[in-house]
Amino acid sequence: MKVLTANRLTDGESVWYAASDWSRSFYDAQIATDADAESRLATIGALAYANNEVVDVNLIDVTLVDGKPHAQRLRERIRADGPTIDYRGQTAA
Amino acid sequence: MYRYDEFDKAFVAARVAEFGDQVARRLSGELTEDQFRPLRLMNGVYLQLHAYMLRVAIPYGTLSSKQMHKLAHIARVYDRGYGHFTTRQNLQYNWPALKDMPAVLAELAEVEMHALQTSGNCIRNVTADHFAGVAADEIADPRPASEILRQWSSIHPEFSYLPRKFKIAVTGAEQDRAAIQVHDIGLQVVKNDKGEIGFVVYVGGGQGRTPMVAKKIRDFLPEQDLLSYCTAILRVYNLEGRRDNKYKARIKILVHEMGTEELRQAVETEFDALRDTELVLPAEDIRAIEAYFAMPDLNEREEGHGKLATDKKSDAGFADWVRQNTVAHKNPDYRAVTVSLKPIGGIPGDASADQMDLLADIALNYSSDELRISHEQNIIFPHVALADLKTIYDLLLPVELATANAGLISDIIACPGLDYCALANARSIPVAQKISERFADMQRQRDIGELKLKISGCINACGHHHVGHIGILGVEKKGEELYQITLGGSADENTSIGDIIGRGFGPDEITDAIEKVVDTYLAHRNNADENFLAAYRRLGQAPFKEALYGSVDKAA
Repeated sequence: MKVLTANRLTDGESVWYAASDWSRSFYDAQIATDADAESRLATIGALAYANNEVVDVNLIDVTLVDGKPHAQRLRERIRADGPTIDYRGQTAA
Repeated sequence: MYRYDEFDKAFVAARVAEFGDQVARRLSGELTEDQFRPLRLMNGVYLQLHAYMLRVAIPYGTLSSKQMHKLAHIARVYDRGYGHFTTRQNLQYNWPALKDMPAVLAELAEVEMHALQTSGNCIRNVTADHFAGVAADEIADPRPASEILRQWSSIHPEFSYLPRKFKIAVTGAEQDRAAIQVHDIGLQVVKNDKGEIGFVVYVGGGQGRTPMVAKKIRDFLPEQDLLSYCTAILRVYNLEGRRDNKYKARIKILVHEMGTEELRQAVETEFDALRDTELVLPAEDIRAIEAYFAMPDLNEREEGHGKLATDKKSDAGFADWVRQNTVAHKNPDYRAVTVSLKPIGGIPGDASADQMDLLADIALNYSSDELRISHEQNIIFPHVALADLKTIYDLLLPVELATANAGLISDIIACPGLDYCALANARSIPVAQKISERFADMQRQRDIGELKLKISGCINACGHHHVGHIGILGVEKKGEELYQITLGGSADENTSIGDIIGRGFGPDEITDAIEKVVDTYLAHRNNADENFLAAYRRLGQAPFKEALYGSVDKAA
């Protein structure tokens, strides 16, 4: 299973592709469960990149945990949930 | 402090305008990401995990209060109210928007700052001893040479597309506080028999995946030849350095593959061709730059000697702080103060906008309007009268800036790691926090004594783990974080690369492992005067391996 992620061009914020648009929340992400769906997401990502909406576009591996997506790599979990530390700016997120 | 001349002002303004135009063209879609990426990197703009990151240069780590206030202002208006001071005396903002970048750079230019050459394969921000101009053991202030190098290397057309990035550090004292032997070029100010100022020249140091200690290629370079000789080194590197493999492209690899003597000869040959050209520095120009870095007029403050003694008697915490976080100044009525950005359990190198403003105010009122950033991610007030130390301490204490841990185990260098960095494989900050909390007892830290602990979240080694007395390198293994320990590294005048001690430890094991290393040192040291590094160099790896792995066999 995969979801589509990128960073928004204008402000660099991490975004995930939800049903019809990019979302700031990983947990809104549309999950591709087969090759066709993955291919559709990849096309959406390539188009958004070409249209200068996003950069650093990637399909990332996820599993479902308690019905919610769970990124397989720690790197992507940290992108999804933000820095794991009690950092000063987090209330502004 | 150095003030921009008309040329500096014009070229920084031109670059702000140019980058503003490039950002506008990127946002309009006129430029593609592939076209824009190298342009943004030339202006210090990276893309990290969560957002863009802007790395602002702080040449040789020296700042005025006005500049620090501006950094605070930018953090507040364009970021999330804080910044991260780095191991190369820079400041990183973690959340700036691309659309705001031209405005941020324009604000920086207002106070004679920029983000040029904080990325890319060019000559990076020149770093220097954070006690420059102040330290009692100094031959001469390393900052005039650093400033001359900054001017020479800024948008240098010949050296803007090097095989790889290139870092220069300068120290003015025999005791190296600028880690010059792990830089591409390391310069040490010396005096010859005739009393003339010059430099010992080291080349080819570096960390990263292939750590190497720099090789000395000249015992004395006359100061007038600084630019000719550095140009000669850069020319040899630019021509001979590898461009086929990013991981073998730094000058350290060239020095290693050519051999030190052959490289030295190649540099000397280039130097012979350059030494009588326009690159020779006129003495009056050197003196003019030196004048910018002259010691400020410091009033006699003899009353401080008695007052300090009284203040120390009345406040034990203050006495500890003075002992640990202040060092001798050339003027006996003054000391240089290290403000630790490593509160127990804090994030190494982070400062809030409010803290930056307070530091700026203190610098204006009590440190001749000057601050320094150390490569150990702390802030320095270089010129503080003994009589004012207690006032400063009382201002710093309520905002977690008075931790008396300079040089102790909780004064940890750590890179941003996987919490922010797109290159990282593992987190650094939480590891630093847990170790700091484990050793929270200040008396215990003082008993352990000088111990430099440095953490990197990937092999690029921004956290300087190779040269930590104790180094920690985070890696990813089978999808999990794993932390390798190195011991015996050092970045001073006796630079050494730490030894990997054995298999790595998980995130829940690494703090215990570090405590075992420290306890082993305490059990084996000759006495309290033998610091960790000295004890390790005497003892070797065996007792530490035994403590960590039970027997040497298991360490494999």
